[in-house]
Amino acid sequence: MATTEDIRSTLAEIVNDVAGIPAEDVQLDKSFTDDLDVDSLSMVEVVVEAEEKFDVKIPDDEVKNLKTVGDAVAFIERAQA
Amino acid sequence: MSPTTVVVTGLGTTSPLGGDVDSTWEGMLAGRSGANRLEHDWAEQLPVRIAAEVAVEPAEVLDRVKARRMDRSAQFAVVAAQEAWTDAGLPGTELDPERLGVVIASGIGGVTTLLSNYDALLAKGPRRVSPLAVPMLMPNSPAANIGLLYGAQAGVHTPVSACASGNEAISLGIDMIRLGRADIVIVGGTEAAIHPLPMAAFANMMALSKRDDDPALVSRPWDLARDGFLLGEGAGVLVIESAEHASSRGARVYACVAGAGITADSHDIAQPDPAGRGGTRAIARALYDSKLAAGDIKHINAHATSTPQGDIAEGLMIHATLGDAADDVVVTSTKSMTGHLLGAAGALESIATIKALHHRQVPPTINLDDLDPAVELDIATSVRELPDGDIAALNNSFGFGGHNVAIAFTTV
Repeated sequence: MATTEDIRSTLAEIVNDVAGIPAEDVQLDKSFTDDLDVDSLSMVEVVVEAEEKFDVKIPDDEVKNLKTVGDAVAFIERAQA
Repeated sequence: MSPTTVVVTGLGTTSPLGGDVDSTWEGMLAGRSGANRLEHDWAEQLPVRIAAEVAVEPAEVLDRVKARRMDRSAQFAVVAAQEAWTDAGLPGTELDPERLGVVIASGIGGVTTLLSNYDALLAKGPRRVSPLAVPMLMPNSPAANIGLLYGAQAGVHTPVSACASGNEAISLGIDMIRLGRADIVIVGGTEAAIHPLPMAAFANMMALSKRDDDPALVSRPWDLARDGFLLGEGAGVLVIESAEHASSRGARVYACVAGAGITADSHDIAQPDPAGRGGTRAIARALYDSKLAAGDIKHINAHATSTPQGDIAEGLMIHATLGDAADDVVVTSTKSMTGHLLGAAGALESIATIKALHHRQVPPTINLDDLDPAVELDIATSVRELPDGDIAALNNSFGFGGHNVAIAFTTV
């Protein structure tokens, strides 16, 4: 079972790959749009990459609720449980 | 009222001969071929396994994150535009964004993005189609990316006229300045279509050379052994501006872009008019638009793609328009070295034409071992000097669909 930190660091690698944000900046309290400058199209890319990496489904309706990295990590933890 | 004089103040390219204008021009003067054997796995099954890929991969020069949001054609265009913008001395210059325009053409647009997303769709399903696919594959994406880069607000356009697209972009840029819509226009063309599908398609329509020996020998305009074009890729970008604006900021001027002629054959969707009537009218209109006489033309960078029919037809056009003055024109086809860059061809070859006027040196046509007796032109087979004084040159481009565009440049 992946730990919260495992999920965060994998997500950080995805955000780095897609949007060029340094992985160490991708912390649980950061907002994707306000702090990390991830635009809506990049967010879709992050979500699709995350679905594949973590073998979960993140419905489009859910994406708008994933405001912070912590929201996304929590969603993935619940989906994997 | 006489039309506004339009001048060229910046040049940029990434081509099969080099990642910038200097290396590309040096390659042309050296008569170096940019052709290479395709080492990709997908090339093994193709009827044509030779093309002219860019000498410098754009990923080596562009920011990784920005590059992954652009199709290869937009990457080429941005690399070339950055060079042209710097070459024009524009970084740091205060400009009115509403007086800055962009006209960047492409023949095919983001075809590799379209096809790679289709591959992803088939292999992994619709969820894996990139949300960036549309802004990447749209043919106006290179123009839009350049417009965003420099804040151009006078209008951002993308003419699509197959292999005449690059010249058409330059012509539309001249119009924007003459019509008073802009002071500066970033013009040019880009193409990135070295992919199995377009290559198979061009090969199946008998347009590409089927030679499979030394890649350097494939593109041979006007030679008796020519059998089709060599597919190239890359971009050419020019900064053009009103002479008044260039003068007000003390810009270095390479040449005047004196005028253009655009016509359509209305003959066939793919075959050129064998008598070259549409191309003849384009050259004649370019002369008229530029107020040049036949005797002013001392150099022509020909479209000459190395196809059996087209190369002959262009010779007829040159004689029909220039008459006896054609004997004093040094003609070359730089496609013998770069291959055919489709929608970027006119732009890259306009750069070659401008450099030829600027340095008064015409680069050679390579591989012209046995001149087709149907062609009566003075073709440069080694570097040739151009005469001193005020002289003019033409760059011709013709495209599938019957599009013909000739651009006239003059020395300053």
